[in-house]
Amino acid sequence: MAKLNMVQAINLGMKQEMANDDSVIMLGEDVGVDGGVFRVTDGLQEIYGEDRVMDTPLAESGIVGASIGMALAGLKPVAEMQFSGFSYLAIHQMEGHAARYRSRSQGVWTCPMVLRMPYGGGVRALEHHSESREVLWAHNPGLKVVIPSTPRNARALIVAAIRDPDPVVFMEPKHSYRAFKEEVPEAEEVLPIGKARVVQEGSDLTVIAWGAAMRTVQKAAKAFGEKTGKSIEIIDLLTISPMDTETIVASVKKTGRCVIVQEAVRSFGPASEIIARINDHALMYLEAPVARVTGFDVVTPNFFREKMYVPTVERISDALNQTLDF
Amino acid sequence: MPRETIAEFGLEHLQILDDTGKLDAKLEPKLDDAHLLEIYRYMMLARESDKRMLNLQRQGRIGTFGPSTGQEAIAVTTALAMNDEDWLVGAFRELGARLVRGETLLGNLLLYNGCEEGNAVLPAEKRVLPINIIVASQNLQAVGLGYAMKHQGDKGAVVSFMGDGATSEGDFHEALNFASVWRAPVIFISQNNQWAISVPREKQMHSQTIAQKGIAYDMPCIQVDGNDVLAMHVAVTEALDRAHAGEGPTLIEAVTYRLMMHTTADDPRKYRSEEEENEWWEKEPIKRFRGYLEKKGLWDDKREEALLAELKAQIDTDVKEFESRTDFKVDAPFDYVYAEEPAEIAQQRTEFLESIGKEANHG
Ligand SMILES: Cc1ncc(C[n+]2csc(CCOP(=O)(O)OP(=O)(O)O)c2C)c(N)n1
Ligand SMILES: [Mg+2]
Repeated sequence: MAKLNMVQAINLGMKQEMANDDSVIMLGEDVGVDGGVFRVTDGLQEIYGEDRVMDTPLAESGIVGASIGMALAGLKPVAEMQFSGFSYLAIHQMEGHAARYRSRSQGVWTCPMVLRMPYGGGVRALEHHSESREVLWAHNPGLKVVIPSTPRNARALIVAAIRDPDPVVFMEPKHSYRAFKEEVPEAEEVLPIGKARVVQEGSDLTVIAWGAAMRTVQKAAKAFGEKTGKSIEIIDLLTISPMDTETIVASVKKTGRCVIVQEAVRSFGPASEIIARINDHALMYLEAPVARVTGFDVVTPNFFREKMYVPTVERISDALNQTLDF
Repeated sequence: MPRETIAEFGLEHLQILDDTGKLDAKLEPKLDDAHLLEIYRYMMLARESDKRMLNLQRQGRIGTFGPSTGQEAIAVTTALAMNDEDWLVGAFRELGARLVRGETLLGNLLLYNGCEEGNAVLPAEKRVLPINIIVASQNLQAVGLGYAMKHQGDKGAVVSFMGDGATSEGDFHEALNFASVWRAPVIFISQNNQWAISVPREKQMHSQTIAQKGIAYDMPCIQVDGNDVLAMHVAVTEALDRAHAGEGPTLIEAVTYRLMMHTTADDPRKYRSEEEENEWWEKEPIKRFRGYLEKKGLWDDKREEALLAELKAQIDTDVKEFESRTDFKVDAPFDYVYAEEPAEIAQQRTEFLESIGKEANHG
């Protein structure tokens, strides 16, 4: 066991999978010699060589389109988008091809690949470096969308993503990259894709979150619990799509109250989908309307204002109060 | 510092059998009679298939499709120059190549009738990707396949077809650049049929040729008379030899003409004249190649008649089988979203089947 941050943990998972499976290939902008701008692929080229850890030309569609071809030929590409804000230059390759090959050919062709990308706020950079657009990928049947929240689950999920028989978009909350460390076992650990996790059991209210917002939620819930004595259940979604309805519904049936915390802008996001599923399966169990704490429906502001726009401990606490008092 | 020329580039055009039937004997490739006759047979199969599909479409028995009439020499000659371990990556206008690689008209009829079953006719081992509708996007997949071939020590090269309009897309340029940097064994073939739906070549690009776009990526490139079977064979064979020998990619511009509509949903009279089409009918590849075969004593009216009868029978069989197919599973789309069915999709399948059942009960 070693204490690792999320960057090191994802690196460990990928390093081990590359050792396990010769067909695993990494490619992207600056992922080789430089180890990626966040160093997630650091040291991998030294171990596995330039043929398996490739610095590509600077072209996102190129990286993703070539990855699809590699996957069709039996390799397991793990492609990095330097920032999620630039992944849209490849969206037609994902929506138009990766997501569709299995369906298009009734299973003759499949496209097992991983598209990794840092997303969300937290690095005080220029425009396009802080959005949370997981829903753009989640809206595509055929793609899976995974978002880890801690070093340990990030490592276990990247391994699962690489082994998955379908294309997985693996979104890494860059705010959590180096924010904290966690014990990560050296021995193999794999978490199933499509399963949410109850990270804290409780009986009065369910909070659902994912990615970097998990930390804010845990902070808010702890303070709130201590102050009010209320028992809060926390669900870490981990996979956005396909979403684990069962875990969500079981929890909401138990607590009767739910707050969803989403860093992305409010409208048309995963929170809306979660509420729809609660409506479908647990409406009669609700003691209060489901609340959302989200970003606002504005173009994501640059970093000077960023902190005011993402869900804060205060906004989460208010939502907990209102939902419990309803 | 003086100004000096630091690089100079040249570009070849290749034609061996011209549109008047004149042959450049010095450049004539040594193809055995069987190969020549096979080329002719597949060009005729593609042409006759187009005619039948157009009929079926006009009768509402299949949906829209893009005919490849006039471009058969490019697809057929290329596919017959390839090895079985070479990959075929296409857009949607290379029917002849697909037929050579083992696709049947049945598969195409299914596909153009809106059934994914049409893309499931050939097993993956045949190395033929389904048609690609997103213009130029397939070129990048071809590069990925090429990289994989190189990486796995596999002998296969990759042939990637596209149109002329496709060379305006970013994906075309990204693909050429990636292939060039990776020395990937990919042969890009741009079928320059002069039109991208209603947009003529002059509005598509200011470049004198498409072939010269390869110069920017430092890859061998050539402009070929795409209606000349012999020239196509030579250019493709040279490119394949280089790819198989580990010498990287090639760009071939095959000059041709789309003799029919873009797709059956389009009316060319909106944007081009009948005279222009008639001029190109004079240069079309099948008639030209037939003249060559006749001079060699390999073809005559009797053989033509026999071939047409044979092709008609083959096409009839496929059409009959297509029209007798009833085994379409209504919920097949649910089977192929993921390898394993998520609970949400399983539930939606049930919901879908119930709604379909109810409709059936309502008659
Ligand atoms: C990315 C994209 N944009 C637009 C279209 C619609 N479209 C289909 S074919 C076509 C023209 C293609 O022209 P060209 O590349 O010359 O091929 P051709 O049809 O002449 O064989 C267009 C605009 C498309 N399929 N994909
Ligand atoms: Mg064209």
